[in-house]
Amino acid sequence: MYTSVLTDRRSFIKRMALLSAMTAAATMFPGILFAEEQERGLPKNGNLDWKKAPCRFCGVGCGVLVGIENGKAVAVKGDPKSEVNKGLCCVKGYHSVIAMYGKDRLTKPLIKKNGKYVETSMKEALDLIASKMKETIKDYGKDAVSIYGSGQWTIPDGYVASKLFKGCIGTNNVEANARLCMASAVTGFMTSFGMDEPMGCYEDIDYADVFVLWGNNMAEMHPVLFSRMLDQRSKRNIKIIDLATRTTRTSKASDRSIIFEPQTDLAIANAICYEIIKNGWVNKSFVEKHCNFSKGLTNIGYGLEDKFKFKDKPEKITFEEYKKFLEDYTPEKVSKLSGVSVRDIKYMASYYGDPNKKVMSLWCMGVNQHTRGTWMNNLVYNIHLLTGKISEPGNSPFSLTGQPSACGTVREVGTLTHKLPKGVVMNKKHREIAAKIWDVPVENISPKPTYHTVEMFRALDRGDIKFMWIQVTNPMVTMPKLKRYRDAAKKEGRFIVVSDIYPTPTTDIADVILPSAMWIEREGMYGNSERRTQYFEQMVEPPGESMSDTWQLIEVAKRMGYEKQFYYKEETHIEEIYNEYIQFHKGKKHGMAPLEVLKEESGAIWPYVDGKSTQWRFNSKYDPATTKEGFDFYGKPDGRAVIWQRPYEPAAEVPDSDYPYWLNTGRVIEHWHTGSMTRRIPVLHKAMPYAYVELNPEDAKRMRIKTGDKVKLTTRRGEIIMPASVNERGIPAPMQVFVPFFDENMLINDITLDSFCPISKEPDYKKCAVKVEKV
Amino acid sequence: MPIKSYLAHPHKDKKDELFKALSSIEQCEVIPAENKDLLILITDTQNNFEEDTLKEKLETITSLKLLAMVSGFNTPKNT
Ligand code: SF4
Repeated sequence: MYTSVLTDRRSFIKRMALLSAMTAAATMFPGILFAEEQERGLPKNGNLDWKKAPCRFCGVGCGVLVGIENGKAVAVKGDPKSEVNKGLCCVKGYHSVIAMYGKDRLTKPLIKKNGKYVETSMKEALDLIASKMKETIKDYGKDAVSIYGSGQWTIPDGYVASKLFKGCIGTNNVEANARLCMASAVTGFMTSFGMDEPMGCYEDIDYADVFVLWGNNMAEMHPVLFSRMLDQRSKRNIKIIDLATRTTRTSKASDRSIIFEPQTDLAIANAICYEIIKNGWVNKSFVEKHCNFSKGLTNIGYGLEDKFKFKDKPEKITFEEYKKFLEDYTPEKVSKLSGVSVRDIKYMASYYGDPNKKVMSLWCMGVNQHTRGTWMNNLVYNIHLLTGKISEPGNSPFSLTGQPSACGTVREVGTLTHKLPKGVVMNKKHREIAAKIWDVPVENISPKPTYHTVEMFRALDRGDIKFMWIQVTNPMVTMPKLKRYRDAAKKEGRFIVVSDIYPTPTTDIADVILPSAMWIEREGMYGNSERRTQYFEQMVEPPGESMSDTWQLIEVAKRMGYEKQFYYKEETHIEEIYNEYIQFHKGKKHGMAPLEVLKEESGAIWPYVDGKSTQWRFNSKYDPATTKEGFDFYGKPDGRAVIWQRPYEPAAEVPDSDYPYWLNTGRVIEHWHTGSMTRRIPVLHKAMPYAYVELNPEDAKRMRIKTGDKVKLTTRRGEIIMPASVNERGIPAPMQVFVPFFDENMLINDITLDSFCPISKEPDYKKCAVKVEKV
Repeated sequence: MPIKSYLAHPHKDKKDELFKALSSIEQCEVIPAENKDLLILITDTQNNFEEDTLKEKLETITSLKLLAMVSGFNTPKNT
């Protein structure tokens, strides 16, 4: 009996899977036909109730449809109506619902008593958090409490966190893990254009002729966008160039794989600009009308010491001065430094320089997690500005994000120490706007930024911060030079609250653990890489006493005496918060779509003006915020973007005779960041069960290391032993190794370096020196 | 194990070859488009081992250019 039910159900599900695929195919290939008998008898929806949501995982922000049956999420399919993924879905996305049902899901609050975690009620846990915060503020001042959030925070989570800490308590101790992945993108945008986030959108993929991937393994990290690119290649004559330090699945699928020596991307970008000028490929009228040239300070340091401070001093220069500066970056000179052939440098420059080719540059962690991350962002923009290939379909420098709402929550809501939902804390007008919307005295909002992420954990170590609330992130896996910060969190006199859905190395350091509601167990919004805000409703009940991060913060705020500001009603709080939040962004430059639109459509791209998304900013053909014909980079007072003179400078730590290899860290397609969710999805865990160290086959041969052999990695911070991987998924260049960071049992960040870009304060996880030995 | 659906893109002029290769695998159901170079592939496996073996088999098919996933269904066995 059971078998027959199962058989029926399996065949029913198979028909449903077929239906999804046919719908996706129809979106991608209008007019596509399948044999009639195949389409006959396809189930409509059976008992499944399909509801739309943005995917829980990466910054691509695919639209998915989640199938709900008897109060449980049981299926996921790509939403064919979504302009992001057109019905496609990647391996993480379509297994995402399984992550909600892991056996060790946290369902009850836990309080540490005498070194042991004891179950308690939500009321008692929230009471304790509020009283600890009040006590800490009374004893040590408001800058002794802090919150560390996430690019996986929903928009309402980040908004109420910022309102509570910056507006009510009056401390700028608000940071989020997006500092570790996107901060250089932000400072790159701010310095080049005066406004954050890409000018283009994913539709650029449908128009570009050439794609240059700057240190970006899109096949694994942005798989659906990479599928869209490959799909274009099957229809049109396009070229994909993979410029990277390691051979990956992306390199293998590209038309050209170009490997460069770590950190020399700075020089390569300058060499491309040199070639563009030398060959007369500069779009002169564009540059004359729309660009300024500037330089900043050089030899700017690496942030290795506590309380490191840096402020750039921009200075205007002329085109001639810039041209002279580039003479140090001839392809011949740069070839020697970077290991990239003169021919390959000229090859890339020729595509950027060809007026008949539309070029899209894409990048993510390789460029951002870089001690000169801001400079690297500037340099890619330089190429597009010199050639005028920007802000129009297919001509697009595109900074991709890693997390589902790094843009929506961290960058737009502004959950970083210096930020407000509109503008920065240093600006009086911006503080006044925030104070008015938040209904707090303007003096409450401090005009001084406090700590960026690395410095916030250093302050915890020093004892300047006594209380930290960590939500939706796992810093005890992701912080560079991790051991220092793990020891810091365990010191006497620190109080740590962690909100999460599973036990992690971060809940291990907590005094209070709050069980959170995950994704569609609550209502919320995310904002993806292309400025698209997407809404999801609550579809299932959270387990046990789990509560959304938004509501946890509201409950604590009320207990701290901020009932007036946290007036929201439980049934309608997400709507109330969103409506309050979008007041910050009113106007043509950043207007957000009303909630009804987000509920109806698969997201909307801001600026949302007169009922329409703006796909390409700064171009008067598409962007109603422009005030003149052609291009208007209105983030800058004079409407001109900046071409920056930024030199090559070496990495903070380079290989030497004691530590002769480069260590690079990163991600794999199967796992979402630290693996706390995806390692609980059996099929993904099985596909990628533990971390490993990838070696170059020649190096491995010399050291007689085979796949599976134990290898010891030693840096100046410590050592770790892990299995080798030779000639498997990725192949590092000679004298380089790569380690993924998803495995909490092999914490590679114990030995990484906490150097960062002095402008963005984003750490460089891609480069430090390491010794490699067979055990 | 989840039942999965994919869009399978063949290499140029290899649609028939791909159709044959995929159809010969027990766990695969293949539906070719009538008028475009595209096939729909539905896979159905009973356990992790079978799933891995299938994955390996798919990787060896030379006429297959790209598999793009569309959906995954969590069947009762896996819940
Ligand atoms: S590409 Fe990213 S957003 Fe899309 S399904 Fe995969 S993990 Fe989700």
